[in-house]
Amino acid sequence: MKLKRKVAGAVPVASEQDVATSARGLLGVSVNRRTFLKNSGLTAGGAALAVSAGPSMLKKARAAENYAREGIATETIHSICTHCSVGCGVVAEVQNGVWTGQEPDWDSPINMGAHCAKGAAVREHGHGERRLKYPMKLVDGKWTRVDWDTAINEIGDQMLKIREESSPDSVYWLGSAKHNNEQAYLFRKFAGLWGTNNVDHQARICHSTTVAGVANTWGYGAMTNSYNDMQLSKCMFFIGSNAAEAHPVAMQHVLKAKENGSKLIVVDPRYTRTAAHSDQYIQMRPGTDVPIVWGMLWHIFENGWEDKEYIRQRVYGMDDIREEVAKWTPEEVERVSGVPGAQLKQAAQTMAESKPGTIVWCMGGTQHTIGNNNTRAYCVLQLALGNIGVSGGGANIFRGHDNVQGATDMGVLSHTLPGYYGLAEGSWKHWAGVWDLEYEWVKNRFDQTPYEKKGDADLQPMNTAGIPVSRWIDGVLEDKENIAQKDNIRAMVLWGHAPNSQTRGPEMKAAMEKLELLVVIDPYPTHTAVLPDRKDGMYLLPATTQFETSGSVTASNRSLQWRSKVIEPLFEALPDHTIMYKLATKFGYGEELCKNMEVTNDEPLIEDITREFNRGMWTIGYTGQSPERIKAHMEHRGTFNTTTLKAEGGPLDGEYFGMPWPCWGTAEMGHPGTPNLYDPSKPVAEGGLNFRARFGVERDGVNLLAEDSYPVGNELEEGHPEFTADMLKTLGWWDDLTADEKAAAEGKNWKTDVSGGIQRVAIAHGCAPFGNAKARANVWTFPDPVPVHREPLYTSRRDLVEDYPTYEDRKSHYRLPTRYGSIQAEDYSKDFPLIHTSGRLVEYEGGGEESRSNPWLAELQQDMFVEINQADANDLNVKDGEMVWMEGPEGGKIHIKAMVTARVARGVVFTPFHFGGHYQGEDLLDKYPEGAAPFVRGESDNTVMTYGYDSVTQMQESKCSLCKITAA
Amino acid sequence: MARMKFLCDAERCIECNGCVTACKNENEVPWGVNRRRVVTLGDGAPGEKSISVACMHCTDAPCQAVCPVDCFNTTDDGIVLHDKSLCIGCGYCFYACPFGAPQFPEQTSFGARGKMDKCTFCAGGPDEADLSDAEYEKYGRNRIAEGKLPLCAEMCSTRALIAGDGDEIADIYRERILRRGGRPQTWGWETAYTEG
Repeated sequence: MKLKRKVAGAVPVASEQDVATSARGLLGVSVNRRTFLKNSGLTAGGAALAVSAGPSMLKKARAAENYAREGIATETIHSICTHCSVGCGVVAEVQNGVWTGQEPDWDSPINMGAHCAKGAAVREHGHGERRLKYPMKLVDGKWTRVDWDTAINEIGDQMLKIREESSPDSVYWLGSAKHNNEQAYLFRKFAGLWGTNNVDHQARICHSTTVAGVANTWGYGAMTNSYNDMQLSKCMFFIGSNAAEAHPVAMQHVLKAKENGSKLIVVDPRYTRTAAHSDQYIQMRPGTDVPIVWGMLWHIFENGWEDKEYIRQRVYGMDDIREEVAKWTPEEVERVSGVPGAQLKQAAQTMAESKPGTIVWCMGGTQHTIGNNNTRAYCVLQLALGNIGVSGGGANIFRGHDNVQGATDMGVLSHTLPGYYGLAEGSWKHWAGVWDLEYEWVKNRFDQTPYEKKGDADLQPMNTAGIPVSRWIDGVLEDKENIAQKDNIRAMVLWGHAPNSQTRGPEMKAAMEKLELLVVIDPYPTHTAVLPDRKDGMYLLPATTQFETSGSVTASNRSLQWRSKVIEPLFEALPDHTIMYKLATKFGYGEELCKNMEVTNDEPLIEDITREFNRGMWTIGYTGQSPERIKAHMEHRGTFNTTTLKAEGGPLDGEYFGMPWPCWGTAEMGHPGTPNLYDPSKPVAEGGLNFRARFGVERDGVNLLAEDSYPVGNELEEGHPEFTADMLKTLGWWDDLTADEKAAAEGKNWKTDVSGGIQRVAIAHGCAPFGNAKARANVWTFPDPVPVHREPLYTSRRDLVEDYPTYEDRKSHYRLPTRYGSIQAEDYSKDFPLIHTSGRLVEYEGGGEESRSNPWLAELQQDMFVEINQADANDLNVKDGEMVWMEGPEGGKIHIKAMVTARVARGVVFTPFHFGGHYQGEDLLDKYPEGAAPFVRGESDNTVMTYGYDSVTQMQESKCSLCKITAA
Repeated sequence: MARMKFLCDAERCIECNGCVTACKNENEVPWGVNRRRVVTLGDGAPGEKSISVACMHCTDAPCQAVCPVDCFNTTDDGIVLHDKSLCIGCGYCFYACPFGAPQFPEQTSFGARGKMDKCTFCAGGPDEADLSDAEYEKYGRNRIAEGKLPLCAEMCSTRALIAGDGDEIADIYRERILRRGGRPQTWGWETAYTEG
């Protein structure tokens, strides 16, 4: 009974040619090799094939994708994955408004069709069975459906009352890395016009220490190169990054590099899935990044492996580093980190001999009380080796969320306006000008009473950093006398934020219960909906996902991509920008918020928002990426080289994919974007650059400007300060400006000249608008100018506390008292002997609410667990798969499964942080709105994770605490 | 004549489970049925290796040999399909399969196993019209009839899992081995594909 398969004749709608290149060919009649490989998912594996197969041919091969099943027309729409920062292209097939199919985006130069578990499952978000479906209000402890107008009116009235009684600062606007760029920008503007800097988002607790540390070292706080560029690396050094789980598609580029001979070194407390692919694996004690890096530099300096000429030309303060590094002998490094000297010598030698080399770090490095020291130490290692500003080198800092880079750039942060302009008077004036609003009007939106001083001068709330997301609970709970604002936070808006990704769970619960008003705006109810025991004063407003709207998104490599709307909003969900407009209108500033935008049915036109930020974001070059240009890049994405990201031929010849910022000047200027930051091997006009002159021109008589190093074509042929109108006059270049440009540029600089003329002229003369300086290894403006090691607040190594103490407690940091020494002074290690660290699983993202509500993902990870070494498990009489209680030194405890594994060292335990919906042994299922609970729920590890904040950015410490485990 | 095969390159597999959710997505496979899964050997220990496993579409498929109702057939392209209208859910194929591919829905607590379900190489089923709704509901998507290959391989994050004509994928894999200077480890091939 052998049946015969029908072959080509069955293909329903396809031209003769399509059939030849697809079905028939595939089944062996006329196999076209390239088409076949393209279709077999092999382009990346087939080395040069991805480049050699021209896009036009591939399009033909794929025309057959638009098949109509049972006569229904299929629309193909292009979007970008909404999970991590790699920025994978998503091809959606929609029939009758329903997302019915998902195909590989072969043309995307970033993922070339590939997806991880999350990306391959995004179509499910378009169905959203477990979504929050309607606006809900908590009435007498029960979720009750209300309409949008009622919700906006009731919330608005309560907020206006709080604003009147306390100050605008008593309402907290917690935004999101899930906003697209336009929404993120509008959100920061929205909070500013409300009159507060109490606005922040996840970047604070993911890479804030990177942004601060890296920007203060060489100018910009972003990934310097790209995932693709790693293919050109000869050595890849991962520290505190588990890309195989957190950025799986990045591993396509990493493994390609490895097959081309690159070495892969992984430093991590766990033998991660990334480590499983390494050539060298170094297991460290959590929190000892500085000793590891200085330990490597010790060997580098000892053997003269540093790049002396590069340091002379481009680095300030390396001698100060030498002094500190001299203390980190192999013996001392081993005493503190547990890593034998020989292992680090081998790693250092590999790095020194295999250039260019790149460094990758993620939250393993950033989430510490000394996170900013760690990130700067990583930078210094790369500077010493001369690896920054070269293709195949760089600091490839993998960001987390899909648009955390963009939301950071757009200033959804308590300490800056969009574009890292800061909060100074001049910064507000710049943006008020872009918004076409009176500065005085904007100023009067704020509380006018100063609460802090800088020296003798009063600091206005408008000019002082707000409370960061990591500390909002203290803004609620702390005695208001100790907070540098009028009153406590009384109303809280969590807009696209998972509270279970934040430490100190029990205190968060208390804060959520103390608030007068708690509002969640999200596609899902989130852990916030169920954590507090409240009877009223709480609303859940359904927001759309990014597949139900359009807009730009910035991947980790600074490339902007455009998402087209795949489906109409599900249920009663509204896109974020519509909700912002509705709220602003209720508050009476809807017109000011959207003065330069077309608004239809309460929805501001996304492209108009892009155009507005294009007019203001001069600092980091978000000015050249007009909506039209971004969309053209999407359309022609198949013309970009998948290693260099440069378009080769076609309508965008010479441009870099997504115009990675800085994309200088106006869109009309046509800058191609900057693929690798600080790379002087090409002209600035073609994407070249040098380090930024951000810290003055000299310090204590030492020159801070670059020496004998400048981008190709730089007419000054030396270091120079940042460009101003006066500098153009001095150089005799003023008359290169047009009359209109002169009028706009007079008295301005490259950051504030909204005509773009100063940037245009500087670049025409081969100069970077932001100057040409040295990177600084000594950041004299930081608490630890030269990065030093300090023991975590909760350390098990009491013997090291005296040599490596933490900071003293601080009275006011981001408006709040911040504790260090007073916690470290107490010895918790007797009762809580195990080191607790945390991280990610590939199936889930962030707090996990969305991914745990996706059955295709949820099925793969159904239980919250703790990884524990066999020896510790035996000591505690715990068996693999058994339930345990895990308790933290601040009192939280969680009931979870034990996974006994060699992945963690003896004395260290690991938990994933994606779970929520349980609290201290209790499943909170009945507290979700009906039908909106995620398929998988579990204890949040942050119920036991403890206090601790970075000394510069208030990053939370969630990579190194203490705990105890007992059999349950 | 093409001979369809799967190959999983353990040097590249990172256990991201993209293949697993791609399969769920494309074929709307219900919770509890896993046509494809990633198996990790030596989890957490040095030498850890992961491999994505599904029906390998064997040359002389053992499932086919033992099926009492003869519901299996091998297509001209070497894809092993089974006819769900004939399957009696006896489970013999599960015992015969060297890869543990056959799946049985767990909807009832005792007695009936239900019809067997397994990877179709995204080629639908043998007894329904290609690309019909009936075929989709019974077997999932028929990508082969659309001129495409299984979505699990097309979406693999690191191009570890490759699918297609045996000769073609062997060429790709050979080039990788050459670059790495290692020994080929075509996991499962000796068992699945007798002609080599």
